[in-house]
Amino acid sequence: MSVLDSKVPEGPIKDKWTNHKNHIDLVNPANKRLIDVIVVGTGLAGGSAAASLAEMGYKVKAFAFQDSPRRAHSIAAQGGINAAKNYQNDGDSTYRLFYDTVKGGDYRGREANVYRLAEVSANIIDQCVAQGVPFARDYGGLLDNRSFGGVLVSRTFYAKGQTGQQLLLGAYSAMNRQIGKGKIEMFNRHEMLDLVKVDGKARGIIVRNLITGEIERHSAHAVVLATGGYGNVFFLSTNAMGSNVSAAWRAHRRGAFFANPCYTQIHPTCIPRSGDYQSKLTLMSESLRNDGRIWVPKNKEDVEAIRSGAKKPVQLSEDERDYYLERRYPAFGNLVPRDVASRAAKERCDAGFGVNQTGEAVFLDFASAIQRYGKEQATVLGEKSASKERITELGAAVIKNKYGNLFQMYNKIVDQDPYTTPMMIYPAVHYTMGGLWVDYNLMTTIPGCYAAGEANFSDHGANRLGASALMQGLADGYFVLPYTIGDYLSDEIRTGPISTETPEFEAAEKEVRERISKLVDNGGSKSVDHFHKELGKVMWNNVGMARNEAGLKEAIAKIRSIREEFWKDVLVPGGADELNPELEKAMRVADFLELGELFAKDALDRNESCGGHFREESVELDGEQKGEAKRDDVNYKYVAAWEWNNDPGEANLHKEELEFKDIELKTRSYK
Amino acid sequence: MSDKTMNLTLKIWRQKDAKSAGKLESYPISGISEHMSFLEMMDVFNEQQISAGNEPVAFDHDCREGICGSCSLQINGEAHGPDRRVTTCQLHMRMFKDGDTITIEPFRATAFPVIKDLVVDRTSFDRIQHAGGFVSVNTSGNTQDANSLPVPKVDADNAFDAATCIGCGACVASCKNASAMLFVSAKVSQFALLPQGKVEAKDRVLNMVNQMDLEGFGNCTNTGACEVECPKGISLDNIARMNREYMKAAIKKD
Ligand SMILES: Cc1cc2nc3c(=O)[nH]c(=O)nc-3n(C[C@H](O)[C@H](O)[C@H](O)COP(=O)(O)OP(=O)(O)OC[C@H]3O[C@@H](n4cnc5c(N)ncnc54)[C@H](O)[C@@H]3O)c2cc1C
Ligand code: SF4
Ligand code: FES
Repeated sequence: MSVLDSKVPEGPIKDKWTNHKNHIDLVNPANKRLIDVIVVGTGLAGGSAAASLAEMGYKVKAFAFQDSPRRAHSIAAQGGINAAKNYQNDGDSTYRLFYDTVKGGDYRGREANVYRLAEVSANIIDQCVAQGVPFARDYGGLLDNRSFGGVLVSRTFYAKGQTGQQLLLGAYSAMNRQIGKGKIEMFNRHEMLDLVKVDGKARGIIVRNLITGEIERHSAHAVVLATGGYGNVFFLSTNAMGSNVSAAWRAHRRGAFFANPCYTQIHPTCIPRSGDYQSKLTLMSESLRNDGRIWVPKNKEDVEAIRSGAKKPVQLSEDERDYYLERRYPAFGNLVPRDVASRAAKERCDAGFGVNQTGEAVFLDFASAIQRYGKEQATVLGEKSASKERITELGAAVIKNKYGNLFQMYNKIVDQDPYTTPMMIYPAVHYTMGGLWVDYNLMTTIPGCYAAGEANFSDHGANRLGASALMQGLADGYFVLPYTIGDYLSDEIRTGPISTETPEFEAAEKEVRERISKLVDNGGSKSVDHFHKELGKVMWNNVGMARNEAGLKEAIAKIRSIREEFWKDVLVPGGADELNPELEKAMRVADFLELGELFAKDALDRNESCGGHFREESVELDGEQKGEAKRDDVNYKYVAAWEWNNDPGEANLHKEELEFKDIELKTRSYK
Repeated sequence: MSDKTMNLTLKIWRQKDAKSAGKLESYPISGISEHMSFLEMMDVFNEQQISAGNEPVAFDHDCREGICGSCSLQINGEAHGPDRRVTTCQLHMRMFKDGDTITIEPFRATAFPVIKDLVVDRTSFDRIQHAGGFVSVNTSGNTQDANSLPVPKVDADNAFDAATCIGCGACVASCKNASAMLFVSAKVSQFALLPQGKVEAKDRVLNMVNQMDLEGFGNCTNTGACEVECPKGISLDNIARMNREYMKAAIKKD
């Protein structure tokens, strides 16, 4: 038997969670006061977990590297959050959300976890509304919904293009209430640099106070890692600049298995890169695909003319345009899942139809939507003979109301007006489905160490559907972890406070100090960013949207040599005992340089195409699905959980076989 | 896309730490593309400093898309620089021209002490939120159905507009009194406009205003500079609403 025990409860899928909750040992309120829990990360997952655990009575210490919990990367989520409320009466249900998520994830997620996610999704909306989250409403005062890719119902709740902001501010306000009461002790500008294990259990962390450089020890009966995703291993991504893998990676090095590192989501609608100085990429929310149509010119001459500026995109007639998603996937059209849309854009651009100077851009066009909405509005207003200008004006106003802030953002960055000319977009790294392996209770393979939110691997399989990360983060933090952690902590009521004056803490602190000194004293010649960019290039070219055996082997060799070079030649100015952003970056990049290798190794091991992982060796050769990704359920229907073994290249593979009892395994078709 | 480049002079506030005195230092920089964001220009500057063996300049930033509220530069005397309705990270170099001198300072206020160079401590904002920026509802799987309490669309929209405040502090940095009224009133308004916030409305406004005063923010004298520089267009109407809420609460209290 595998060493991995997913602890999925017995019984029919729809009863598993309820039964499990009923059988979890409870900790009595008086005892909760004696139990410390560390929560690292205060995004949606960590913020909601910290607040809920404190409300229940645990003593919580929360950590974030930003100067306030409100600035966690979750703040940037735009489009929305899914929930199976069926407010639109369009046939939505817990089962349908469950089904869509498993199918969207290309049958590489764990059924029981996904079902639970769908089950608690409705509670999330109730909870957030009770907190005062101002979701969009219709004229009757009820909550409004929109659609996202890969589904046929309208179940996404939103707050203009700032849904993540509003949800995070909700969780932040719940935290603030507990901070004010002294139930949460908040450590801003503190970065976790190691996990401390005592007798095999997670018992604390080593952190660096980013203002003073002091190294601190913090102990607890359990440690929750809600530290987000690792998309920045690609250097350029839509993640915030500080998003990193370090907390998860350090836990990995201490024994937590890392699952499916190669599952990365490359989001189809991002603003294309503009130059070498580019520091990050900006997402244009998927919600835009509700109304925007994606196309490139049919003819190469038009491509050339557009690139050189001789022709404007609006000058091309309908039949000179190739709406390639509508052409290839008539059932889902522009709303195919992200991985499918991204690969289709790459295919067109690789074939020479990219519409900007770099050849890496396609159009996202709102002209039809503006006309459609304009006509609708004119009818509503009784303006039967409205002029074309008037219709455009009315339609543009509708679009502005829906996506105003996104259009403004685009305009500020690109200096073009998306109301009058189509946006240019290209895929970019956005989200990582892989992460720390967790069981049904969200516990990693280290007893007492939990992972929540994007940091774990649990719910999205090989591809995440839009608006499901916010759902998962809040489900984990509000409704799952606060219950499941009790199962473990009920055995801890007699443990008493955990001392930090032990050899284990001593040793972990010493290692951290040595790593810092090595970097600060290295005296090399190249900046941290230099190495991060080198790594990013290898990742994007060889481990990006399309992967193959030779490319992956090359990537592994290159990453190893960049890593060696980094430790020889990196230059970290400034000292260890002060605010030092270059040192912070260096610590993070050092860990990315190890993760990158495991990432490529995992991609090499998985010789099938599934979700965001596309192996050129594994495509459908004929039939209706010709050219589409080919999954291999006979050989790869497992979660790859990697165990650290002194070197990322030497990691040991453990397989969690996936079982599909409630959903039939099928080829994922959006045709 | 044309690619004009510029040569600029940067005058940057350098300060070793909270205790040391700081001063403006001048640095020339060349070859800056107009398509760069302001912070990308700062990245280029820092890379050059590192190669020259100097210490790069510290500044706060994270999302680089105008939503986290981390970035906080006073550029040529204006919070978030010369463009309107944008944060520093969304400001682009096309707003400047070849030969310009750009002065870059931290957001200044007694309640925002400098930590290093351009990085300031804005935890005073958090403490105001601890005092009352929430609805007292515990996590529970049994809160009432989200649609059981309809909220008129205008109220929901206005509450949303107030709630888009990113907590950057530009309002404070732009105010000659370093008042935090715009920031505090945005939170107070969000809850005052929603049925969920009404129950605790009185205590909320009293406690938040009290904490604001304790943190050393100045008084509001209605100059309106905050609204002009606010990257999220938070309206002065919120201050008027908060004043009303405060009067109501203060009268009832006595
Ligand atoms: C631009 C953009 C738009 C998106 N839009 C949507 C959307 O519309 N719908 C949707 O469902 N999803 C969306 N997503 C995805 C979603 O936002 C994220 O997956 C989700 O917010 C992650 O939340 P989290 O709580 O797991 O982590 P994060 O929000 O990333 O929080 C991580 C936390 O960990 C802390 N941390 C990290 N490392 C350390 C360390 N070493 N020490 C101490 N603290 C640490 C950070 O300070 C932070 O508090 C979007 C993502 C992006 C990039
Ligand atoms: S009110 Fe405006 S300027 Fe003030 S903190 Fe909020 S977003 Fe920033
Ligand atoms: S860096 Fe986030 S708002 Fe500027």
